[in-house]
Amino acid sequence: MTLRDLKPGQIGTVKSIGEKGPMRKRLMDMGVTPGTSIKVIKVAPLGDPIEINIRGYELSLRKNEAQNILVEI
Amino acid sequence: MNYTIALAGNPNSGKTTLFNELTGSKQHVGNWPGVTVDKKEGTYKKRKEINILDLPGTYSLSPYSAEEIIARDYIVKNKPDAVINIVDGTNIERNLYLTMQIIETKIPMVIAMNMMDEVDAIGMKIDCKKLSEIFGVPVIPIVAKKGKGIDALMKAAISVAKDNISANDLKLFDDNINSAIDAVYEILYDSEGIEKPADAIEKNTQTYWKAIKIVENDEIVTDELTEVQKPAVEVILKEAEQYADGDTEAKIADLRYKYITKVVKETVIKSKSYHVETKSDKLDKILTNRFLALPIFAVVMYLMFATTFSESFLFVEGLPSPGIWLAGVAETLWGYVAAGMDVLVSNASPWVYSLVMDGIVEGLGAIVGFIPLVLVLYILISFLEDCGYMARIAFVMDRIFRKFGLSGRSFIPLLMGFGCGVPAIMATRTLDTEKDRKITTIITGFMPCGAKLPIFAMFVSTFFVGGNKTLITYSLYMLSIVVAIIVSLIINKLVYKSSASNFVMELPKYRFPTLKSIAIHGWEKVKGFAIKAGTVIFISTIFIWALSNFNANSFNGVNAENNRDQSVMAEMDESFLASAGGAIAPIFKPLGFGEWRPTVGVVTGWIAKEMVVVTFAQLYDDDVTPEYLEEYFSHYSSDELEELGFEGGEYDPEAAFDIYSEVILFEGADENALVSMKNDIKTDAAAYAYMVFNLLCMPCFAAVGAMKRELKTWKATGAAVGIQMLTAYVAAFLIYNLGMLIA
Repeated sequence: MTLRDLKPGQIGTVKSIGEKGPMRKRLMDMGVTPGTSIKVIKVAPLGDPIEINIRGYELSLRKNEAQNILVEI
Repeated sequence: MNYTIALAGNPNSGKTTLFNELTGSKQHVGNWPGVTVDKKEGTYKKRKEINILDLPGTYSLSPYSAEEIIARDYIVKNKPDAVINIVDGTNIERNLYLTMQIIETKIPMVIAMNMMDEVDAIGMKIDCKKLSEIFGVPVIPIVAKKGKGIDALMKAAISVAKDNISANDLKLFDDNINSAIDAVYEILYDSEGIEKPADAIEKNTQTYWKAIKIVENDEIVTDELTEVQKPAVEVILKEAEQYADGDTEAKIADLRYKYITKVVKETVIKSKSYHVETKSDKLDKILTNRFLALPIFAVVMYLMFATTFSESFLFVEGLPSPGIWLAGVAETLWGYVAAGMDVLVSNASPWVYSLVMDGIVEGLGAIVGFIPLVLVLYILISFLEDCGYMARIAFVMDRIFRKFGLSGRSFIPLLMGFGCGVPAIMATRTLDTEKDRKITTIITGFMPCGAKLPIFAMFVSTFFVGGNKTLITYSLYMLSIVVAIIVSLIINKLVYKSSASNFVMELPKYRFPTLKSIAIHGWEKVKGFAIKAGTVIFISTIFIWALSNFNANSFNGVNAENNRDQSVMAEMDESFLASAGGAIAPIFKPLGFGEWRPTVGVVTGWIAKEMVVVTFAQLYDDDVTPEYLEEYFSHYSSDELEELGFEGGEYDPEAAFDIYSEVILFEGADENALVSMKNDIKTDAAAYAYMVFNLLCMPCFAAVGAMKRELKTWKATGAAVGIQMLTAYVAAFLIYNLGMLIA
């Protein structure tokens, strides 16, 4: 499943982060690397983007970006 | 010794606060990722021979955004004598990622472990001494905003610079990656033609760093490879990839973080594990709650707006908001200055008098009126930034703004544009990417600012007598937004060739901002605006003053002979501006108002948009005769006359013209105003097109000054103004011609 499928409150572990490119590089620089634990905090009031907690801080990203991040619960 | 010491760290880690503490400088600090756009320089306040450089905040040294490239180029190419790497102790894992990369450059460095007060407060413990042993460089605990630990930090920084102390060789990577890096290093080294010492144990650090970056698939460094090197390097990378699960890049980031996790385990005691709710999280649950977020946001925006621009603050009739009140005070004070100047030059020749009073005093007066608004708005925005709410606004609004290729962060400048374009354009500085900043600056100029309202009021009341006035004005507001969206989409497509920006943004912890940082912020903005934009406004105002008050006869003595006071000046309708207006007027024929008077109105509107109305009153002076004014004001009671500005409630023919043009026309109170204007602007479609053109074309000089300040170059500013002009022309053309078809 992908990060997009997680519901607020759910915790998952990152398995892989999409296709090569600047976007993925950015996510990895921000600490989204394989094996990291991610908790989905909330979805923005208009339905997108989402807020996650990773490595002890809050990060927001859009759903179509979250879709490329494979996670397992 | 002279040293240059650079500050590097994640956005929001307290770099600028530290910079201010070190230099005594007053840089703006915000709780908003990406506040420092360029690098800034200062000197250490205790030892002036030491330069301090504040680099933009970055999460890594990969060239992902403009800011990151600035920071990285500086560290790698300019080679400061030392780097102070500031680390937010409450968010140590992610912050150390950048540290790992700075360590790889082998630049002498010190780590400043910041926010130690917050670290203590949440019961965390960081063993700085042990960290220092592991990394091989000093790790100094500090609290930047309270100035704690700063002296020790600087002492350490100076000593690493002097002794050239760089970090230990950390065993970050696995054998596979290390051998790939070594192999690439050999290729680079050989072709650099440096004679390799036989016992080369010491590696050339810059070349080694390049090798790491190449293995990491860094585009900029890889592009620097020669045609000879490329194939050999590719072979190495291919092989490395096989052992890195097909993805060396991910593997390297992963290994860096694995290493960090290991180090953190050894040196940091956390009272909490991951994903534990903090006070800030609890507050955030309310502020970005699914149902409450938008209402709370609307209230915050309303308050911000009302505090700045409202004539009846908090719905109290007649109570001015702090912004309006301060603007009033400033204008009153300026009135005294103007009166003083008036006395000083009253005996001078008419043109000197006019230059001083109508040119300089008026021109500077325009800036004076803006300053209080800029100040109040900026204090409020800096509060929102510093406390962390601004990032949440972007989070909430992103869904809407991405539709036209921007991110949620563009919302604030656009909204502020409804009040005044100047602070709005200055707010684009908080945007993430250069693309967003440029596009937002351009489309902010389309917003119907307060000064455009008198144009709408006068035109709507004169031309659309039977129509729904509110609806027509409202339609202009809607139009400005629609045009902003369309233009933004077009620029995205044509210039940037992409339709979406991305939105991976840190949501910083809520923090209560310090008064000092807010005061610094407000003051800096006002000062910057007054100086930079002031020059633009000043020069342009005098230029237009000269054009509108002189003609060829000013210089051959004809005017001096004809004018009763022997002035060389000309009436506005005989001035250079009028002739120029006549010459360019045909350009506006396709828009329905190709006559010289409306054209001059457009031009004077660039001084300040409310000037359009005053100019019209002057140019259509056949309509505004003394008889007409007397007849018009005869319908008013004495009380009403006093309210309008007639002293003692008595009609005064001398004051009548000014009051008529500045009060009645501004508010659109006279339905029969300027009848002969209808000879120049014949149809409703043309009138609407005229309003649209003024709405969308180049904003006033004050705003252009702000644009120049944000866009940096005249070339970029000129391009932005060109886009605005073109947009105004196209929109007015379409509206006029479609309107004529329908009618």
